[in-house]
Amino acid sequence: MKPAPFAYKKVRSLDEAVALLGENPDARLLAGGQSLIATLNMRLSAPTLLIDINGISGLDGIAHKGGAVEVGALARHVQAERSDTVAKHAPLIARAMPFIAHPAIRNRGTLGGSIAFADPAAELPACLLALDGEVDATGPKGKRTIKADDYFKGLYETDLGPQDVLTAFRVPAATKDTRTGFAELTRRHGDYAIVGLAASARADGKKLADVRLAYFGVGNTPLRVKQSEAAMADGDIDAAVAALDLDPHDDVQETGAVKKHLAGVLLRRVAAQLMEAR
Amino acid sequence: MSELSMDITLTVNGEQVTERVEARKTLVDFVRDDLGLTGSHVGCEHGVCGACTMRVDGEIVRGCLMLAVQCDGAKVETIEGLSDSNELADLQSAFERRNALQCGFCTPGMLTAAQDILLQAKAKGAVPSRDEIREHISGNYCRCTGYHAIVDAVESVAIARAGAKS
Amino acid sequence: MKITSDSPPVLSVLDRPNSYIGRSVPRPNLHRLTQGRGQYISDITLPRMTHVAFLRSPHAHARIVSIGTVAAKKAPGVFAVVTGAELAKVMTPWVGVLTHLKGLKSAPQHPMAVDRACWQGEAVCAVVAKTRAQAEDACELIDIKYEELPATVDPEVALDAKTSVIHPELGDNLCFERSLDVGDVDKAFAASDEVVETTFMFGRHTGVTNEPRAVVADWNEGEQRMTVYQGTQAPHMMQNLFAKHLDLQESQVRVLTKDVGGSFGIKVHTYGDEMATVALSKMLKRPVKFVADRIESFVTDIHARDHRIKAKIGVTKDGTITAFEIDDLTGIGPYSVYPRTSGIEANQVVNLTGGPYTCMNYRAQTRVVFQNKGVMCQYRAVGHPIAVAVTEGLVELAAAKIGMDPLELRRRNLFPDDGYPAQTATGLKLEALSHHEALAHLDGMMNYAGLRTEQADLRKKGIYRGIGFASFIEVTNPSAAFYGVGGAKITSQDGATVKLDAQGAIVVHTGVTEQGQGAESVIAQCVASSFGVSMDKVRVVTGDTDNTPYGGGTWASRAAGIGGEAAWQAGKALRDNVLAVAAAMLQAKPETLDIRSGIVVDKASGTERLPLDELARVAYFRPDTLPPGFQAELMATRHYVPRGWPFAFTNGIQASYLEVDTDTGFVKLLKHWCVEDCGTIINPQLVDEQIRGGVVQGIGAALFEQCLYDERGQMLNGNMADYLVPMAVEMPDIECAHCVSPTADSELGAKGAGEAGTAGAPACVMNAINDALRPLGAAPLTDMPFTPGKILKALGKV
Repeated sequence: MKPAPFAYKKVRSLDEAVALLGENPDARLLAGGQSLIATLNMRLSAPTLLIDINGISGLDGIAHKGGAVEVGALARHVQAERSDTVAKHAPLIARAMPFIAHPAIRNRGTLGGSIAFADPAAELPACLLALDGEVDATGPKGKRTIKADDYFKGLYETDLGPQDVLTAFRVPAATKDTRTGFAELTRRHGDYAIVGLAASARADGKKLADVRLAYFGVGNTPLRVKQSEAAMADGDIDAAVAALDLDPHDDVQETGAVKKHLAGVLLRRVAAQLMEAR
Repeated sequence: MSELSMDITLTVNGEQVTERVEARKTLVDFVRDDLGLTGSHVGCEHGVCGACTMRVDGEIVRGCLMLAVQCDGAKVETIEGLSDSNELADLQSAFERRNALQCGFCTPGMLTAAQDILLQAKAKGAVPSRDEIREHISGNYCRCTGYHAIVDAVESVAIARAGAKS
Repeated sequence: MKITSDSPPVLSVLDRPNSYIGRSVPRPNLHRLTQGRGQYISDITLPRMTHVAFLRSPHAHARIVSIGTVAAKKAPGVFAVVTGAELAKVMTPWVGVLTHLKGLKSAPQHPMAVDRACWQGEAVCAVVAKTRAQAEDACELIDIKYEELPATVDPEVALDAKTSVIHPELGDNLCFERSLDVGDVDKAFAASDEVVETTFMFGRHTGVTNEPRAVVADWNEGEQRMTVYQGTQAPHMMQNLFAKHLDLQESQVRVLTKDVGGSFGIKVHTYGDEMATVALSKMLKRPVKFVADRIESFVTDIHARDHRIKAKIGVTKDGTITAFEIDDLTGIGPYSVYPRTSGIEANQVVNLTGGPYTCMNYRAQTRVVFQNKGVMCQYRAVGHPIAVAVTEGLVELAAAKIGMDPLELRRRNLFPDDGYPAQTATGLKLEALSHHEALAHLDGMMNYAGLRTEQADLRKKGIYRGIGFASFIEVTNPSAAFYGVGGAKITSQDGATVKLDAQGAIVVHTGVTEQGQGAESVIAQCVASSFGVSMDKVRVVTGDTDNTPYGGGTWASRAAGIGGEAAWQAGKALRDNVLAVAAAMLQAKPETLDIRSGIVVDKASGTERLPLDELARVAYFRPDTLPPGFQAELMATRHYVPRGWPFAFTNGIQASYLEVDTDTGFVKLLKHWCVEDCGTIINPQLVDEQIRGGVVQGIGAALFEQCLYDERGQMLNGNMADYLVPMAVEMPDIECAHCVSPTADSELGAKGAGEAGTAGAPACVMNAINDALRPLGAAPLTDMPFTPGKILKALGKV
């Protein structure tokens, strides 16, 4: 199908973007466009104005500073895939990148866009949650920072307001004690996950501390499983699996019962990764 | 409302092009309809089949997931340009000899994606494995060949290019 | 490098010097496709061309109460808004029935729904505008009021009294039924040592051609002629249908196919939206273009293979198969598709079950019922994937039951290679097959014994690999027995015209068509060989009803065997004509001459006598120098239709080697093999590639593809993200080999090969999964596609 007609404006500053969002409640931001343009092509949404923010400078950096890795919202997936900073200091994100769609999509899609769109079966939102990251946004009332645990609200719904622009996200930089794990089950390479798990922890002697397990593909948002996290920290994987507090819906790929079973399988696999030293 | 359409200037296959386009027109529809470059194909319009794969500013993209207006000032290369510059000559020849195309509809996108991994591999001084080739073309749907012949053809070119003097 | 090298010519009767028969030459005309310079229907633009978009029913079954088009007609760029009722005044409806499928019934179908929409996606209203986008914009302004009606979506209850009948004038929802009872099945089961009974389910799926369906219709009011650019497999069939339903003479209709982006049977049927596009061009007196987008393709392209089959096999302890029995139920759409009918697939299931085996006790029943879902009709390998999966699934379950190796059970029951001609239990006449030779070849090629050892070793480590097989017979080179006898204007014969041009090169016009399988190359190879030139001197014209002999196009794997034979004979006939000219010029006897590599030579010594370009020069420009009374005829036409056998059956055997992750239920395909006997092979590489592509389509059916519907008849996964087609990472390498049993029904001896891969692959993947899981006590899986959830369920993990 062809999109319904819309107007287009390429902005050069955040202020311009925020102002246009304020004036046009039917407007959408265009960053990578890899999700947005597909929905427009199918007429699943029909905004009257697209605000192209790709021209705003200074939003595409990937930097290691102040004990964190800060990723500008407009950094493309391919940048993160090739980034030494990400490989060294944000290994969980490095693990996730090859699973994201396909090369042509990764060349245009942005990490900020993925987190703003918050598809429940996408990799990066779960990584953000697993890493206890935070999101920077600029809106009509200025800048604010939202912690990952407070960010995901519902299906495609985040704490971002209709006039907010996500400008960056931050995750703690890995230390020598950082442990990460990532596993995803898809019927075909590059598909959205049937079930996926992004995990981070801190090695504490022979045990794990600060375990954060973020599942994706199992609910309306990425989901932490706190009881399982506690059991993992105690070193009891069977208890962690038994404690999985997930109730996935059926979807066109699999039933909720199957997804729940697969979540348990992934937990065991990710647990093994978490026990490996960096 | 002038913002529903706008003038864009871009380079397509080395030629400067100026056209007035609707904002809603995708890049692949633009090159096909406005420029008559029908080598890039439309298979799904949701970014999954890869038939529209082309190059913008040196990187492969989905032509159906970019708007023409986003390409103002950009350098666009379609299969016709990549072919006429001879950049793909050995790959095209390998595809033809190995019958790595049947109906040919996926072929422009497939060649563009294959060239992408070949360039990346050459830059690293490596020859991609069959599995790596399959992974790089995993976003390009082919219904005719079953992929085996395509992997054979790409692999043969990778080996040949690695052996060639730079 | 794995580029296939040429192979030497195979058969003596074709022992022409420099013959291309049996050689893996690259297809000519591929440069245009690799350069992106092909011309697909979706690429075509004509002066004053308009675009049509269809507003489609969102309901599976609904009465159309009213259609408000006033606002749409005023929308920017709109030329016309046409309802089904208005279109019905220009184009007559059709009924998809054939007389040889006794009792087959269906209701008249209009190009666009008139009173009632009967499936979600059926076209209800058309908007013709300057651009497709504008047409879609206007569609949103059309105001249609529907009254939803009950949707019939469960085949199991389609014939129950309380289920609403979709077409009350037909009396019930039964489209077609057939039963067959051969031998003494009950006695045979009673005498068996073991009887295995199970139910197979096959998920409805569809072709997903890379290029969606597209048509450009161009009515020229001055010429009173309709030119239709359509990626159809059968241009002459469509020429007849466009003429018939627009009340034109066939001579007023020209159909051109151009390049076709994949077909596999999807593009051999009649579609309402395509017919409507042609009618709209006549109404508006200007070109109209329709390109189905992917979303509408999923709900309008024909679906296939929606079957539930209760099946039974009897076997003795010493490995004799005693009987087969099947009870098939298939739910099609609300209409039998025209003109080939939606009864053929079920008919094939009945005909082909048990096909490779000598067992003569067979009972079958099939019922084809209407539903308010997408229409269903022939898709690559029509019926074979189901018949083969049922047969081969039962065979391996029986083997497991009696503790016999699955290949050994086959050895004891396959038709003997020296036992032909033979006839299956269902009455199919078999000329010459090679089941045992193929099986032996496969056994060695895959190192079966080695794989069993590897499997056993890995099982000890908790890794579960499986090996599965499928033997099959395959319908190719169909005679009139397939469609003609039923009253369809679908020709089973084909023709080729060859011409020597003024420079001594050859042009061949053929009635078979090219969709990427390599028909152009096969035809060129046949003519180049039988006439005597190199292939670069042969140009092939195809896909144009104005410029090719009346032919059947491509379907049921006929292009090489039937089209190739016509081309071969035409090349021979032209050679005779040319040698008559040469003889006249050289004052020699024609039988002492031959044509080799474009030169007339002395047959015995090979001495070059006269180049063809010189012969052409004289014949065309200096006929005054030829003997009085002699007329040069530098063009020849020959036709061919198989007469000795209703179908040229081929045979093959496939194997799948895979690993099941018993924690996740995911299947990893490790390798696939196929040994295929398609008679004389004209181009080995092209045949192997047809097999590979076909195997992957079959794997799609076994593991990935299903059109999912809800209880309201809504398709749930009609997009490329949710409907899973096979992509590169998950597919295995596929090794191919051949036996050769030529048919004596033609001089070439070539049978067809296009569908064999798809016929056998689902069965052997299923058998391999069950082989992998058997030691774990899992209930055999028989419900395709085999998703991880189904495998986990069989393992008792969910």
